[in-house]
Amino acid sequence: MDNSNDIKQTQNIVCTKPRLMNDNHMHYCPGCSHGVVHRLIAEIIEEMGAENITIGIAPVGCAVFAYNYIDIDWIEAAHGRAPAVATAAKRLNPDRLVFTYQGDGDLAAIGTAETIHAANRGENIAIIFINNGIYGMTGGQMAPTTLEGMTTSTTPYGRRVDLNGYPLKITELLAQLPGTCYVTRQSVHTPAAVRKAKAAIRKAFENSMASRGTSVVEIVSTCSSGWKMTPVKANRWMVDNMFEAYPPGDLKNETR
Amino acid sequence: MEEVRLMKGNEAIAHAAVRYGVDGYFGYPITPQSEVLETLEALMPWETTGMVVLQAESEVAAINMVYGGAATGKAVMTSSSSPGISLMAEGLSYIAAGELPALVVNVMRGGPGLGTIHPSQADYFQATKGGGHGDYHFIVLAPSTVQEMADFVGLGFDLAFKYRTPAMILADGIVGQMMEKVVLPKPRPRRSDKEIARQCPWAVTGKPDSRKQNILTTLELDSYKMEENNLRYQETYSIIKRDEVRCEECYTDDAEYLMVAFGSMARICLKAIEDARGNGIKVGLVRPITLWPFPTENIERLSRRVKGILVVELNAGQMIEDVRMAAMGRIPVAHFGRLGGIVPNPQEVLDAFKERILK
Repeated sequence: MDNSNDIKQTQNIVCTKPRLMNDNHMHYCPGCSHGVVHRLIAEIIEEMGAENITIGIAPVGCAVFAYNYIDIDWIEAAHGRAPAVATAAKRLNPDRLVFTYQGDGDLAAIGTAETIHAANRGENIAIIFINNGIYGMTGGQMAPTTLEGMTTSTTPYGRRVDLNGYPLKITELLAQLPGTCYVTRQSVHTPAAVRKAKAAIRKAFENSMASRGTSVVEIVSTCSSGWKMTPVKANRWMVDNMFEAYPPGDLKNETR
Repeated sequence: MEEVRLMKGNEAIAHAAVRYGVDGYFGYPITPQSEVLETLEALMPWETTGMVVLQAESEVAAINMVYGGAATGKAVMTSSSSPGISLMAEGLSYIAAGELPALVVNVMRGGPGLGTIHPSQADYFQATKGGGHGDYHFIVLAPSTVQEMADFVGLGFDLAFKYRTPAMILADGIVGQMMEKVVLPKPRPRRSDKEIARQCPWAVTGKPDSRKQNILTTLELDSYKMEENNLRYQETYSIIKRDEVRCEECYTDDAEYLMVAFGSMARICLKAIEDARGNGIKVGLVRPITLWPFPTENIERLSRRVKGILVVELNAGQMIEDVRMAAMGRIPVAHFGRLGGIVPNPQEVLDAFKERILK
């Protein structure tokens, strides 16, 4: 006998989908970190009661369709230019909560100049940086953050630093700039990590509204499809390999 | 009485922008247009009108700031010169695809490459035929005086908001750098957030309960929907072509020959034409004010009764293609141009006219 309707009662609800997450089917692969981070952003904006003042800037990359899932106003930027787009959106609308959501190729390769200069000007924006060490959308090519020796479709024999240079620790670089007030590296591979990541993103959003300068929240992430691993194995591989180059924790936490 | 001021074309752009109530300017220094940014920084409009002025780290960043600002419904602009406009090409395509109103000023210098800082009109193709990727146009205004530099700021924004399409002021280095008398437009306040919400219901401003989310994206993976988007852009362009052609004709009523020139070259041609008329040669001038949409009908009409056309440009022959298409092979159409930043004097133009058209 199906008694599911008896169970579906308000008093039995322990967890719901955030109101700002809509019902569109996500295109993200099983095991991908994007879905979790999207949910956190939706939860935080809802909890802050900020949907009517929030402007999200989507990147080019897998998260180009972020606007399909989080029910807020969005601008979809050209590849790498989200921090420039956010700069103008925030300066012209200083009472708005403006954040960018960018992958490693978008933020640390093609958009390096826009990222560094927006942070160096201390733009009052929050930058959410998904670092999975690979280009997901275009099919798994080398990213600036690809680890040494890591196999990708454009480094089929592994990344060689003599040919391809070194994994770019752009978050460490951003922490050096006086314009940044809060620079942190998080992950979402365990419930505890998810809770910490949520607190970090919320802090970044609050910094934006308090005009404290630029906040950067890097989320070390999995790309099970690009890495060609099961979701479980991708999580383990991330902890065993990515955390060595990109250790989680605060790099800078200042209130200016 | 109106106050007459003496200033450079580039300075007039800056003053006109503040007075029009522009919300934001984002630019990067490049000769011969740096006075736009310099004048705005000196005017400190953030203290008076609240206008944002920002020196960006590159032209790439500047045009994407324009994209971001325009997406929130604000009146935003940038200015640059030829190599800088090339860097902006991707962003211009996005702004056109996003159907965003914005104003872009190109004070042209000689190219290709780093070229020269001296005047040129060699970006005609880039401005009127696209410049970035995809099927798009923007409205291109070609000022020939400092007064028009000032006036076209307001005109450009008015057209940009009317049609939700970017507008460009395509000036040459002469118009940008020369000093002339100008009457600046009357100051008007910037639009309030309420006015913006009414005028731009599509603006990305934060989603109130009263409406669905606003998304500014230029991505559409469904080819049928992407074709619909393109057809919508083309529909807008056809209305602009029908309603917004601007053109000045001088001495065309009795003209037996024509010169066609825009910007500073139209002024040099006018002097050459007056000299020719002093010798009994009846030449008229067509000065396209909008380069896109192009005054095809004016030239088509005149080509039925004049004997020949000289197109005078500071390039190797660009606008002449549009003139030839309008003349449809009815009469000879020849070109005279100087390259590399050299500006011809009226006598050179007249000599070229005699040699290539009158002969």
